[in-house]
Amino acid sequence: MSDKHKIQVTVNGVKYEREVEARTLLGDFLREDLRLTGTRFGCEHGVCGACTVLIDGASTRSCLMFAVQANGCEIATVEGLGDMRNLHPLQQSFWDNHGLQCGFCTSGMLMTAVDLIENYPLANDEEIRLGLSGNLCRCTGYQNIVTSVREAAKQMRTKVAS
Amino acid sequence: MKPPAFKYIAARTVDEAVKHLATHGEAAKILAGGQSLTPMLNFRLLHPEVLVDINPVKELDFISERNGGLSIGALTRHRAIENSKLVREKYPLLAKAAEEVGHLAIRTRGTFGGSLAHADPAAEFPMIALLVDAEMKVRSAAGAKTVKAKDFFVSYLASAVGEGEILTEITLPALPARSGWGFHELSRRPGDFAIAAVAAIVKMDGGKCAEARISMAGVGPTPLRAPAAEAFAKGKALDEAALKEIGKKAGESADPSNDVHASAEFRRHVVGVLTQRALKSALDLAAKS
Repeated sequence: MSDKHKIQVTVNGVKYEREVEARTLLGDFLREDLRLTGTRFGCEHGVCGACTVLIDGASTRSCLMFAVQANGCEIATVEGLGDMRNLHPLQQSFWDNHGLQCGFCTSGMLMTAVDLIENYPLANDEEIRLGLSGNLCRCTGYQNIVTSVREAAKQMRTKVAS
Repeated sequence: MKPPAFKYIAARTVDEAVKHLATHGEAAKILAGGQSLTPMLNFRLLHPEVLVDINPVKELDFISERNGGLSIGALTRHRAIENSKLVREKYPLLAKAAEEVGHLAIRTRGTFGGSLAHADPAAEFPMIALLVDAEMKVRSAAGAKTVKAKDFFVSYLASAVGEGEILTEITLPALPARSGWGFHELSRRPGDFAIAAVAAIVKMDGGKCAEARISMAGVGPTPLRAPAAEAFAKGKALDEAALKEIGKKAGESADPSNDVHASAEFRRHVVGVLTQRALKSALDLAAKS
C-alpha cells in the first residue's frame, strides 16, 4: 500500500519536483531524496531538535511533518546558511565561541537560532536559553551555544540597523 | 522508526474533511499540527489506513473577538496565539499558556484545536478551556454540535470528538470584569510536560472573594476543576491562611497517579503550592484592574 504523491518544494532557493510516498518524513526527504544531510534525526519524536529546519521562515520539526505536506513551501536548511568561504554570522559565531563539539545538534541549533534572532527580542541569556530549550546537546553544556547565539544576534542586528 | 504506510488525503474545506471522515470511518485520522500524532506514527503506536490532512483548511485558522471573549479556529497555531496582539491584550492568560506549550518548533505547527482534541490531561490548553468554561463546536457529515468544556474532556487522551467528527471552533467566554488570573506550571525543564499546573481566576468584592475558579493539569485523567476549593474561597478574605487551605482542598480534589516523573503524593503537594501561587498572581492582577 504505497501512496505516491508529486510535490514541488523550494529548498534553499532551489526548486525541486519529486515523487514521494505519503509516509516519507520531510527530514528523510531532505536527507535521502535531496542528499541534504545537514539536517539530522536524533529522536524522531520531536523532542531533540536535531531535525529543525525553517519552513516559510518558521522553525519546524522535519521529523513531525510528511514531505507531501511541504508541497509548495519554501524550506531553509543549514546548507543554505553559508559555506566555508562565506559563513553565515551565526556559523562564524559558533566557530569563534566554540559553540560545537561533535556538531550533531549544531544544524538544529543554527536553524532555531535564525528563527529566534529574527522574531524574538532575546533581551538576555535567559531568553536565549528558553528559546533553545527545544534543542538538546550532549557535548557542550550549552554555555558556549548561548554565547554564540548572543554574539551573533548582536552582529546580525547591528548590520540590519545600519 | 519510520511511520507505517497510509493513504494521504488533503482536505481543503471542512465539508470535504467531514465527507472523507464519513467515507473512511474508523480507518481515518485527522492530521492537523501533527506534533502529537506523528510521534505516535513514528513509534508505530498507531496504524491509521487514511490520514485526512486538514492543514489546507484555512477557514479554521482565525482568532477573533466575540462578546468580550475570543473565538478561535481549531487550526490556529500555538505560535499565532502566543504572538497575537488581540490575545495578549484581551486574554493574556491564553497567551501565557501558549508560551508554555512545548518548544518553539512545536508551536509553529501545533494547533489549538489539536491540543484540545488530543486531550492530554497534562497539557496547558485543556486546563485553560476548563477554567474559562470554553465551548467547542464539533462538525460531522450529519451536522454540528456544541460541547461545553466540562463535557469535552472524557478521559486520558479521549475527548468528545468522536469518529467522523472534527473540532472546528472554540469560544472562550469573556472573563469576569475586574478579575485577575494566575498560571503556574511545574516541569523539570522548560517545555517538558507539566508534572502539575494550576490556573486560577479570582474576582474580589470589598476585600472578599466574589468568585474563584481553579483548574489543574497533570493530576488526573482529564484537566480538573477544584469545586470544594472554589466554594471555600467564596466570601473569604484571601489571606495566607485561607490560600493555604484552598491549596490543600485543591490537592484533595486532584486524582494524580504515580509515574516515572513524580509520585501521586508529590503531585498533590505541588497542586497545593501552585494553587497558592496562582491565586496570589490572580489577586495581584485583580488589584491592578
